[in-house]
Amino acid sequence: MRPFEEDFKHLNDTLQEMGALVAHSIQRSVLSIVEKNEDYAHQVIRDESRVDQMEIQIDEMVTSLIVREQPMARDMRLVVSAIKISTDLERMGDLAVHIAERALSLMMQPALPEPVNFGEIANLVESMVLSSLESFVKRDAQTARGILEMDNAVDKARHGIQRKLIELMQKDTSTIVRALDYLIVARKLERIGDHATNIAEDVIFLAQGVDVRHRVAEVA
Amino acid sequence: MAVKQPQTQMRPTTTPETSGAVQTGAPKMRAAGINFYYGKFRALHDVSLEFATNKVTALIGPSGCGKSTFLRNLNRINETLRDTRIEGEITLDGENILTRDVTEIRRRIGMVFQRPNPFPKSIFDNIIYGPRINGMLKTISAADIVEKSLRRAALWDEVKDKLRESAYALSGGQQQRLCIARALAVDPEVLLLDEPCSALDPIATAKIEDLLVGLKSQCTIVIVTHNMQQAARVADTTGFFLLGRLIEHDKTDTIFKNPSKKETEDYITGRFG
Repeated sequence: MRPFEEDFKHLNDTLQEMGALVAHSIQRSVLSIVEKNEDYAHQVIRDESRVDQMEIQIDEMVTSLIVREQPMARDMRLVVSAIKISTDLERMGDLAVHIAERALSLMMQPALPEPVNFGEIANLVESMVLSSLESFVKRDAQTARGILEMDNAVDKARHGIQRKLIELMQKDTSTIVRALDYLIVARKLERIGDHATNIAEDVIFLAQGVDVRHRVAEVA
Repeated sequence: MAVKQPQTQMRPTTTPETSGAVQTGAPKMRAAGINFYYGKFRALHDVSLEFATNKVTALIGPSGCGKSTFLRNLNRINETLRDTRIEGEITLDGENILTRDVTEIRRRIGMVFQRPNPFPKSIFDNIIYGPRINGMLKTISAADIVEKSLRRAALWDEVKDKLRESAYALSGGQQQRLCIARALAVDPEVLLLDEPCSALDPIATAKIEDLLVGLKSQCTIVIVTHNMQQAARVADTTGFFLLGRLIEHDKTDTIFKNPSKKETEDYITGRFG
């Protein structure tokens, strides 16, 4: 392997490492809500700075590669995708922190009179995140295209949770503060799904050189 | 004389053609099934390529891949070499140039070489040399041709007060633009350039590149270059040669973002060999 190939591999590996860290944060933030696990919530908050540092590290690697290697073709697509994916991952890390903070807040409050099922949206979003990272590792555009189709299901699940919480708040106004926290959590999960979709779009560009954002090209 | 100058004050903001199929409009030149031999050595293998009118086509590839040999066939310069042979057809506006008068062909298809090669004459005489031997001075004044050609080559402002000085007094970049002006003086329809910036510094290179972008509205341009960033900057389409074969020819954006052939990708990403 020539020296510059090592640099591209290092960029790729760092991005995978950042992806794994963010995926763990998202999983822990969901568990901190579902299992009311304070340790997981604090772990997510602690890991945020590592995620931020990795974003900066990836930016530096990308700018250095552009200056030194003036990358073309698949190398160019990797550096362009890397800078976008790392931005999405950093935002996903922030959203995991927001969820963890809501979890800590909810732990201080009594449970809602009726449980709200976060299982569906959490499973969908975690699946999107893991699949988007897997598609990046394998440069698998087919898996990435599958993620784009999951986005609507997440939106639907979030709307279901929102309806349920509004009903609860209308029935019992004392639940408003707690219900709003849950509403925020649902919204943050939906946003994580949106970022996973962005990553999937970047993977399609990386693997095939095709831009499918905003349905510019036919997705199917 | 009012002559429209190419844009030289600012680097062009317009980019060459973007993604999609290779330009399919009526080609200015077309090479079909070209095989070329140096003695028994076959340097080109069945190369077919079209050059769209008023576009810049870049030819890239490793040393010895045949891109310069191919370029030199486009105005029959290779015929000056002993023991060479060409097969196939090269047409200019549909006419086979291989069967036409070679002097007429070289007037219509100009060439600029890697190293600036001004004649040991004044700037004025360098420009007027081609028009003089082509009998063009009967209808247009020499002074008009010199000014027009130097303006087209973005050199007029720098040399207008020293036209009678030796061309050798110019810098390397100016000498190369003088050679381009000399080629333009006979109003060629196609301009061939064989690594025209390889001996120039980045500033002189930028001037030549700006010049090419400005010139393409007036003639069809084919450039051989080892500088891939240069191809990316100036060319509308790019062809990649390897071992005497044309591996891929596509819009420049496509070649450098997402080439379809592995050989092309390996070369432009530096993994070749």
